[in-house]
Amino acid sequence: MKFKLLTLLIVFFLFEVHASSSNVEQNQIFKNIRCLVCQGQSIADSNSDFAQTIKLVIKDKIKEGKTEKEIYNFLIEKYGQWIVYKPPMNGSNFLFWLFPYLIFIAGGVVIIMFFKKKENN
Amino acid sequence: MLSNLGNLLLFLNTFLGITIIYYSFENLKSSKSSLSSKIYKYSLIQSTSIIICFFTLVGAFIISDFSLVSVYQNSHSLKPIFYKISGTWGNHEGSLLLWVIILTIFSFLFLIFNKSHPKKFRLYTLIFQNFLILGFLFFILFNSNPFENLTPIPLEGLGLNPILQDPALAIHPPLLYIGFVGSSIYFSAAMASLVTNYSESSFASSIKNWVLISWSFQTLGILVGSIWAYYELGWGGFWFWDPVENASLLPWFSMTALVHSLIVLEKRNILYFWVIILCLLTFILSVMGTFLVRSGILNSVHTFASDPSRGVYILIFLSFMIFGSLFILFRKYENKKYFINPNSKETFVLVNNWFMMFYLVTVMLGIFYPIFLDALTNNKISVGPPFYNTVIFPLVIIFLFFMTIGPQAKWIKNRFENIKILIFILLAAILINFTIFYIFKRYSILSNLLVISSLFLIISSLIDFTQSLKKSKTDLARIISHLSFGLLVLFIGLNHHFAIEKDFNIKLGETKNFKNYQIKFQELELKDYSNYKAVIGKLKINDLKKNQEKILTPEIRIYNNPQTLTYEAAIKSNLIEDYYLTMSNIDRSEYYNIKFQKKPFMMWIWISVTMISFGGFLRLFKNAKNY
Amino acid sequence: MQKTIKLIIVGIFILIVGVFYLSLNKNSNYDTRNLVGKKLSEIHIESFYEDKYLTNDILKKNNFLLINFWASWCSPCRTEHPILMKLNREKNLSIIGVNFKDKKSNANLFLKNLGNPYDFLAKDELGKHSINFGIYGIPESILINNDLLILKKFVGPLSTADYKEIKSIIIKK
Repeated sequence: MKFKLLTLLIVFFLFEVHASSSNVEQNQIFKNIRCLVCQGQSIADSNSDFAQTIKLVIKDKIKEGKTEKEIYNFLIEKYGQWIVYKPPMNGSNFLFWLFPYLIFIAGGVVIIMFFKKKENN
Repeated sequence: MLSNLGNLLLFLNTFLGITIIYYSFENLKSSKSSLSSKIYKYSLIQSTSIIICFFTLVGAFIISDFSLVSVYQNSHSLKPIFYKISGTWGNHEGSLLLWVIILTIFSFLFLIFNKSHPKKFRLYTLIFQNFLILGFLFFILFNSNPFENLTPIPLEGLGLNPILQDPALAIHPPLLYIGFVGSSIYFSAAMASLVTNYSESSFASSIKNWVLISWSFQTLGILVGSIWAYYELGWGGFWFWDPVENASLLPWFSMTALVHSLIVLEKRNILYFWVIILCLLTFILSVMGTFLVRSGILNSVHTFASDPSRGVYILIFLSFMIFGSLFILFRKYENKKYFINPNSKETFVLVNNWFMMFYLVTVMLGIFYPIFLDALTNNKISVGPPFYNTVIFPLVIIFLFFMTIGPQAKWIKNRFENIKILIFILLAAILINFTIFYIFKRYSILSNLLVISSLFLIISSLIDFTQSLKKSKTDLARIISHLSFGLLVLFIGLNHHFAIEKDFNIKLGETKNFKNYQIKFQELELKDYSNYKAVIGKLKINDLKKNQEKILTPEIRIYNNPQTLTYEAAIKSNLIEDYYLTMSNIDRSEYYNIKFQKKPFMMWIWISVTMISFGGFLRLFKNAKNY
Repeated sequence: MQKTIKLIIVGIFILIVGVFYLSLNKNSNYDTRNLVGKKLSEIHIESFYEDKYLTNDILKKNNFLLINFWASWCSPCRTEHPILMKLNREKNLSIIGVNFKDKKSNANLFLKNLGNPYDFLAKDELGKHSINFGIYGIPESILINNDLLILKKFVGPLSTADYKEIKSIIIKK
């Protein structure tokens, strides 16, 4: 009975809590852009001339309706991949993104191998 | 004078190191079962003299003896006495001396606290540890000598970077070093165990307390560094996934794996070689981290001083360690067959190790990949928070579920008797989660899952906790650490998801409105302090919804020695939320840039990590009591 | 099988140590000097004197264009100014100066005192244009040809060596 009640409440909340926003999050973009004149800071954290300028441009681009990805690509075109904290998933970077998961799977296989030995014996 | 004394003591220590190695080998030949008293004596002198050596340096900093290069470069006669002292280990040379102290003291303590273990094993541990000590002593003597002389003697020092003049940063290095330099002792013990074939559960019991000590301190050290970054660096975050921060996390992951798998080795006598690998790996990662930080090959916000010649030395040392330990490991390695039941405590510990290795590899890859790409293809790329967050967090969710179920399992063969309770806890967790998000009216699948899984762990740990109060035989340490880890993830999730941030430019006297907040720039004041000038802003923050007012006073400081500009965040914190505000001037303009943040549950993040570490200490005290 | 695994592990560590060694002699700081060989999409920037925009038209005059970002408040800009004055005499090259986040009166005074090496003068009051050119600190100069292809980037003040390099590039063709 208790289970049913809980489940019912959860289903209710699932329908209620649904207002997800799709607009481009300005701060999130700022945090993903590296401040080139600083040591390891994002433009959100820095107040250098460069950070100030680039923030203005990004705000403009958001107003123009550019997506997050388009903004990143624009900046990579101008400043190189160094400027984004999230390496784009292409070419050699693809392996980089995949590698942790390959290790994860490999680790799982190793653990399962411990079990198999038991069946043989 | 102090310089001569210091150098003399360094040479004495080198000599003692060699002597101890010599007598240990001599002692190995003798047929007596106990250790020669000479070895105890020399080890005691060794520890004493390195401590005196360190206090000599502290003395030089206190009296501002600028005939020493390290004092001249990092101190100033007008600096407050507290920071004169902490400046001793706040620089490269002094911190290396701290390294050697910890290596030496751990060496001595391991010697006297492990009398129940065989002589051969203890002697080899001592030998390996003294090789490490010698390695670092040579580094100090030939490359980074804190007692190096300077002529003519300058009248005044250059001063310490003001953002390093901070109480948190004064205790951060010692804590962190006890953590990862402390791991040297089980590196040496693991090598000794391989050489002397002293294996299995008795080896586990000889190192378990040392692992706990280093793990607990490492956890605290990382926490203090993080707190420092939070209020000193002015970005309002506590973890930036900066390569230097990550370098301190690598040994922590392997230590955490070690803490868990040691239990299996001790109880079930399996996984011996895996434990050895983790022992070796932890200290290798510690030295590697030091290499990355000190050599300057990382581009980081935490890089304060670096020099490639240091890099070459540490790299040579590191290579010896890596290939030496690999050589011995491969010589002794046997492929043992283990039989593990899929549903048993052993499996769950392995699952913990599995996830730890995944985190380790991910973070390591994030550090290495840009370095490799640059060295091999000349392409420079950045790997930052989005990479780690995207790769790591989804798997944390699964990890938390295992962490909840794992401790319930029994050794060898397990049957879950309380599945019904677990499902009930899960449903309750989901319900609480949706209540939270319903009240705050925001939605993100990842945050929801994180909150649910952490609540699942928290509730089940709490139930464990109440039940444990009734029983006599309990594992309170484990419950506390696991509970706190759940709390940590929960509060990080909530903190991340419900933070409010606003970045804007404002003039004196202006008012800015956003959401239900009103910020007024009321005053700007210039003040003179002994070693800096400060521009202090006064901003009134009005929460229109709750009708609450808060005054925050951020500062821009202009330090004299050395000439530096720093931005001091104004923080008002309580148990529920932090108000965080930084002010910075905009060049050639009368506007100031204000970054306002409201961060819920910051305090709880610090509390959770402290409690995780407390769990480690608790286990340690319990072990000591049984001992 | 076990032997191969051991060899692989040793190999990985040798690779890591090797790469670490290589990186020791590398500069970990980033600059955009290597970002050459790309094309600018267009030139579209406010004129310094009039209320109009300078466009691709300014490329027609010469085969090469040097885009120089400067300001009166930037002291390295003073250091490089004589080089720009010298470059001004080169035939095959036009120079456009972009006045960056500056006050008009100060900028005029600067040019009056030190001379005006620019064939075209533009302004970038808010600094927004600089992003389109991939500028991240001034002074910075970009050498392009009339296809808008970036030939060379100069981060920081132009030196005598840079002067010679620019000269050799524009004479070659």
